Amino acid sequence: MKIGIAGSLESNDALITVKSSEKLEIIIESIVYDFFYEQIKAVILDTLKTANLSNVCVICKDKGALDYTIRARLLTAIERMEKA
Amino acid sequence: MRRSLLFMPGNNPAMLQNSDVFEADAVIYDLEDAVSVTEKDSARKLVAEFLRFNKSLPMEVVIRINGLDTDFYSSDLEYVVSDRIDTIMLPKADHDGLLQLDKLLTKIEQEKGLTKKIKVIPIIELAKSVLEIEKIVTCPRVDGVLLGAEDLSSDLDVIRTKKGDEILYARQRLVMACSAYKIDSIDTPFTDTNDNDGLKTDCEFAVSIGFTSKSAIHPNQVTTINKTFVPTKEKIEWALRVEAANAEALKKGLGVFSLDGKMVDKPVIERANKILKKAKAYKLI
Repeated sequence: MKIGIAGSLESNDALITVKSSEKLEIIIESIVYDFFYEQIKAVILDTLKTANLSNVCVICKDKGALDYTIRARLLTAIERMEKA
Repeated sequence: MRRSLLFMPGNNPAMLQNSDVFEADAVIYDLEDAVSVTEKDSARKLVAEFLRFNKSLPMEVVIRINGLDTDFYSSDLEYVVSDRIDTIMLPKADHDGLLQLDKLLTKIEQEKGLTKKIKVIPIIELAKSVLEIEKIVTCPRVDGVLLGAEDLSSDLDVIRTKKGDEILYARQRLVMACSAYKIDSIDTPFTDTNDNDGLKTDCEFAVSIGFTSKSAIHPNQVTTINKTFVPTKEKIEWALRVEAANAEALKKGLGVFSLDGKMVDKPVIERANKILKKAKAYKLI
């Protein structure tokens, strides 16, 4: 299984893991889950669409990251997975 | 015109999102020394996304890319060059490297259809670069030069001190070259972030030998730098008096006149004008 990890568990960051999978799966843990779950999921879906990826498992451990951070970490994790 | 340039680690989201609030004239998003080798890919994407989506950016956006002797600089440029940035900072710069960077930037600007021309600030941190500074300041896009004293001391194999005798020659040579070509001379950062008195002394010395600006490695250094790299109240008052006396002298058809018992001629009037120009730029008058 191919895997890519990027980011950190520092404040304002997110640790994102991407794994190859037979279906799309998104798991989000966030300190602001109740307020921002839908927004984080939308950023992940949009980024996956940009990267032309549909069958992956994304695990996002969010520590209050803004949208651009989640997007950047996910893009890095995807690139690392593809190079793995 | 810059007073302060603040370094920000490129892979730290918490610092990036606050980078416009520190009142630095320029913020340098660092993809080089502040980022570990294993995180270069992550940092350049984070900075690129930050610049793309953040509406509020510093007055001048500078990106310190990795050196041309690394495997990283090409991807750095590919990701971060856009209309959202103003300047690329090149570490361990030399004349040939700057010509190479100019070609790369021209190509990227054309490919991406940029509406502006990206400027370049080379960092002088090799003995060889100190010796060819006169050529470096004439390179395309260069509108300021930064002295990198830590790496230069390493290249010279000397111990870096707070007083800085070991970098005096490099400082003076850089100031002379930048002044000759009317570009910013940017002093090396003061690395003890807890010593504000030391920073003030270092800034005052830099101003006294002609530096126009100074880099900062911590937000708490910006205020001191901004206060020191502008004309003092006394200088501004003197310059205003010279300006007024000159206006009177011109009415009388005099090219040379006396103020406070001292002769005032063209060079003195020009110095006063420079002080007033800077004071106006920073809204001190």
